[in-house]
Amino acid sequence: MPASPVSRVAATGDLRIVGQAGSEALVQLLTPEGERVDHPDYVVDAPAERLQSLYRDMVLARRVDEEGTALQRQGQLGLWASLRGQEAAQVGSARALMADDMAFPTYREHAVVLCRGVDAVQIMAIFRGLTHGGWDPHRFGLAPYSIVIGSQALHAVGYALGVQRDAARARGPARPAGQTTGSPVAVAYFGDGAASQGEVNEAFVWAGVYNAPVVFFCQNNQWAISQPAERQTRVPLYRRADGFGFPGVRVDGNDVLAVLAVTLSALQRARDGGGPTLIEAFTYRIGAHTTADDATRYRSLAEVETWKLKDPLERVKAFLHRKQLADPAFFEQVGAESDALAARLRRKCLGMADPPALAMFDHVYAGEHPPLRRQRAHLAAYLDSSPDPGEVPR
Amino acid sequence: MSVGTRAVPTGAATGTYREALREAMRDALRRDDRVFLMGEDVGAYGGAFAVSLGLLEEFGPDRIRDTPLSESAFVGAGIGAALGGMRPIVEIMTVNFSLLALDQLLNNAATLLHMSGGQYNVPLVVRMTTGAGRQLAAQHSHSLEGWYAHIPGLRILAPATIDDARGMLWPALEDPDPVLIFEHGSLYNVSGALSDPPAEVDICHAAIRRPGADLTLVTYGGTLPLTLDAAQLLAAEGCDAEVVDLRVLRPLDTATFLESVRRTHRAVVIDEGWRSGSLAAEVSARLMEEAFDDLDAPVGRVCSAEVPMPYARHMEQAALPSADKVAEAARRVLAGG
Repeated sequence: MPASPVSRVAATGDLRIVGQAGSEALVQLLTPEGERVDHPDYVVDAPAERLQSLYRDMVLARRVDEEGTALQRQGQLGLWASLRGQEAAQVGSARALMADDMAFPTYREHAVVLCRGVDAVQIMAIFRGLTHGGWDPHRFGLAPYSIVIGSQALHAVGYALGVQRDAARARGPARPAGQTTGSPVAVAYFGDGAASQGEVNEAFVWAGVYNAPVVFFCQNNQWAISQPAERQTRVPLYRRADGFGFPGVRVDGNDVLAVLAVTLSALQRARDGGGPTLIEAFTYRIGAHTTADDATRYRSLAEVETWKLKDPLERVKAFLHRKQLADPAFFEQVGAESDALAARLRRKCLGMADPPALAMFDHVYAGEHPPLRRQRAHLAAYLDSSPDPGEVPR
Repeated sequence: MSVGTRAVPTGAATGTYREALREAMRDALRRDDRVFLMGEDVGAYGGAFAVSLGLLEEFGPDRIRDTPLSESAFVGAGIGAALGGMRPIVEIMTVNFSLLALDQLLNNAATLLHMSGGQYNVPLVVRMTTGAGRQLAAQHSHSLEGWYAHIPGLRILAPATIDDARGMLWPALEDPDPVLIFEHGSLYNVSGALSDPPAEVDICHAAIRRPGADLTLVTYGGTLPLTLDAAQLLAAEGCDAEVVDLRVLRPLDTATFLESVRRTHRAVVIDEGWRSGSLAAEVSARLMEEAFDDLDAPVGRVCSAEVPMPYARHMEQAALPSADKVAEAARRVLAGG
């Protein structure tokens, strides 16, 4: 890791310094203006196809997000948690994963879900209230959304310990630990708010002492609902890793190339037996916390406007244009694909039938549980005898 | 007087409750490579209550894992390992410390199946010590298994006998859902017959530990021995009490104690938890709901005093259920109606 300057927090007493990009080493490969810059530690091969593909992922993710917000505003979804502004952090990290890696996302990681191959319709089904989850975690290498802040970091560590054990067995006693195994890595997604949770810090302790193959991917989007990042930490978050005994790195979270490079590096380190890494993707939550939140109550529009100038999509588009790595037809095609996705999402979402009320009893236990069977039968009888049976689907 | 000394099967070896728990883990570790144990001091130290003594030497640090002091971490990591296909046994030193892991136990282990739309079950087993009686005072003596029995998504077990201590772990590991096993601290040194081969036990049903015709005493876990003692006291007075051991606190096997009470028409529930909102309250409510016309007297309850558990021995004993208190409650119920 590049040496970081001594924190100026204590010297100045100005907590805002923690939240300012530029006061700390920030890995960047593509500037907000769309200029490629080199970094001594992080090099990524970025041919036109890869850049186009990353750009397309981000456009589609943003479109899913826009549709989610619109559908909630129209009463079609109960809630929506917008990822706007974090497309690069999510796409860059998710595209670094192999198929058999395991991601543990939060409720805002829609772009991660899309990159793992899950149909966006399934995300809508969750926020519409049809199901709490639904994709097969093992098939997609993707755990369910964690709604509780920070609890998933421990699941990622536990999963990584299992992977570590499997790898040790496959390697056998003859091959020393630390040798490249190519075995899967667990990635825990969380935010700046979760970094204050005991569970996340316990996950750091564990990952450190067990040298677990896990990557902690923290999207510091500057706000935990109404609490700014400086309310969570006095030192830049990535530097906390130091105290837990593994490397931390801050990357420009709006730079998809840099995020990809940094995540690939951390994953390789974990695969090679090098243990965990904390990545702090320095980004910004352009929207409110969720559709139930009004962010104008606690932050300035000027701040939001400043961050809009660092838009993760625009810089890739500018670079593709300037270097003539994509022609107008490419952008038209992505636009058309985005429109088609939006139309399909709306159609599917509006066509979703409400689940039967009795479905509440599904998936409480995988095995048999007589009290629930009785309660289900009781409710079914009650609904059958209800004077207005049409109101609640069974 | 101990539970296990009753009805010793011929040809059986003797052992302690602690040894039975250890044998169960040893057996599970041998039978299934996916099984491992983790928790504080479970390795070289052998566990805070010496349950895992010797397992590190036999199975190595890979499968008997000493952990940092972080309850939510080892429960959370256990969940993650279970999701990945392992069969973790997580030991929490006492039920009090499990409170530090409540988010993982309630919000995660108990709900991940539901929150994943049925995709992701959590085959996790968590063992912990519960209960008072050892002068460990107000922060190490809770009986909170009743709280956990409140939570849908979990199965809650309370082995009270040597055979259950030996036999409940394997079916718990085979259960696709998270299982919490509560070991009462006062039982670890109880010795008795250990069936050989080990008795097959289920984790679905209550058990009648002493048949009787005049009164049903419903209990579980650490209060089973004193309840059996109370039955002896009552027998001397001419009352033939039946003792039901709930064994499984969630899902409660209502049928067994209902059937008993329909025969005896009287019941006392003994529960070391605090009375208000207790498991004893739940059992009483079910009796009222489903056996109201069979009851000849109101259901009696013997629970702990609703105070932080005292440290001084005489005060602690006064706060806890005892054979005399159970016998006294039984006499009141017998005199009632």
